Amino acid sequence: MSSEGLSLNPLALLAALGRWAISAVAAVGRMAIFAFGAISHILRPPFYWREIGNAFLNIGWLSLPVVALTAIFTGGALALQIYAGGARFSAEAVVPQIVAIGMVRELGPVLVGLMIAARVTSSIAAEIATMKVTEQIDALVTLSTHPMKYLIAPRVLAGIVTVPLLVGIGDIVGIAGGYAVAVYSLDFNSATYLKNTVNFLESLDVISSLVKGCAFGLIATLMGCFYGMNSGRGAQGVGRATKGSVEAAAILILAANFLLTGVFFSV
Amino acid sequence: MIVMEDIHKAFGSNRVLRGMNLNIETGTSMVIIGGSGTGKSVALKCILGLVTPDKGRILVDGQDASKGDRDAFLARFGMLFQGAALFDSLPVWQNVAFRLLRGSLKRPKAEAYEIAVEKLRRVGLKPDVAERFPAELSGGMQKRVGLARAIAADPEIIFFDEPTTGLDPIMSGVINELIREIVTEMGATAMTITHDMSSVRAIADNVAMLHDGVIQWTGPVAEMDHSGDPYLEQFINGRAEGPIEAVR
Ligand SMILES: Nc1ncnc2c1ncn2[C@@H]1O[C@H](COP(=O)(O)OP(=O)(O)OP(=O)(O)O)[C@@H](O)[C@H]1O
Ligand SMILES: [Mg+2]
Repeated sequence: MSSEGLSLNPLALLAALGRWAISAVAAVGRMAIFAFGAISHILRPPFYWREIGNAFLNIGWLSLPVVALTAIFTGGALALQIYAGGARFSAEAVVPQIVAIGMVRELGPVLVGLMIAARVTSSIAAEIATMKVTEQIDALVTLSTHPMKYLIAPRVLAGIVTVPLLVGIGDIVGIAGGYAVAVYSLDFNSATYLKNTVNFLESLDVISSLVKGCAFGLIATLMGCFYGMNSGRGAQGVGRATKGSVEAAAILILAANFLLTGVFFSV
Repeated sequence: MIVMEDIHKAFGSNRVLRGMNLNIETGTSMVIIGGSGTGKSVALKCILGLVTPDKGRILVDGQDASKGDRDAFLARFGMLFQGAALFDSLPVWQNVAFRLLRGSLKRPKAEAYEIAVEKLRRVGLKPDVAERFPAELSGGMQKRVGLARAIAADPEIIFFDEPTTGLDPIMSGVINELIREIVTEMGATAMTITHDMSSVRAIADNVAMLHDGVIQWTGPVAEMDHSGDPYLEQFINGRAEGPIEAVR
């Protein structure tokens, strides 16, 4: 490598790097301020109960089918894979344990988080961005209603509360999927399978799963709201906001998952 | 009284307002005219704090609009947005009664509903519209719902951004009369943006023309026709030739 290439313009390179770093830090800062604002509005009255109810319905209840379907197929596939892989060194019997741990520790939270990013983050971003573009957010302000409180706090609250529940349900349904495959097609004994699953799981596994759910719910709803509120103008602005929100939510969920796994399970 | 002092606002390189000065006396009706894209809507949004001016000061009854209690400040205002800006998740009556259903002006639901229906009637809409959703209405109907929402809480100061655009001539007449009534009977201060010269004559006590980011001319409506200002004359007579360049 020629040192000339670099020494030609080291300052410009440094400047570009610096600009990138500054804009990245600024974006993180804006998101952090936004997150603090949202959370402080969750805690302070007035509370818009109707909005909160709607958010719980849309983010929690209506996500159930998607979450359950995702989990059941994943659990089933996991059982098949572990059985096939385990058979290579005659360890087929570990299917219940590995399905349980795999679903509860990793696949349950991550897949539910990603499905929520796809389903909820995108719809929040598109809805809020459209409201922004059609001046509905301005109208809210002139009607003495804080958009943070009326639009964002209910959604973020619903994310923090319902996503861990969805993750819990996803874990159970995923294990049930694995159980169904194991018992009906791999000739496992039903009672032994259940006993092995329950005995093997520790409370830390379940706690980590729910904590991840909380974090992913926060990330998914916050990103939807953040990108929606910062949308550009016109239909193109709405499109960009939606795309950006899902990208950011998915990547942050995966990164947060890595961090949380490290926190919970690295000895 | 609303005072705008030396207001500047640019979006990137697009310098929209470049030192706008304007006074609106309490209880009078000011109409702002000016070419499309000259910054009339931006000027209204500056007063409400929806857009932050780069420079300059806005005083409402001597108080700096950017300081003090925002809620109390905004509770005095009503605003009709150019695109109506109705909340499409709420039925029409809840849009109109939005302010009356929550916050400091909250009142019982049945009462809020009645006020909403009454305001809808004043803008020429029948009670059966109340339960419908904004997306089911025509553009002109949406505009009138927006108008009903702006006046629902009987604000002291009301901004109308093109209240009659998209309405038929008779309905325009009804809306012009309504705005006039609100000013004369309720003593409200009104600021209206319009391109419709018959509206200007029907609504205005005073007229201001915005051009090139500044108020080009302002004065009582009676003096509008012999102002001697070539910009204003070209505008109100709708001439293609004159000091205002019409790009073709
Ligand atoms: N949020 C914004 N971001 C960027 N540019 C904006 C924004 N709002 C307004 N502008 C620009 O400011 C200028 C003035 O816009 P404004 O809406 O005030 O025009 P107007 O005088 O109300 O025109 P019209 O009569 O057509 O409604 C336009 O060039 C517009 O593109
Ligand atoms: Mg406008």
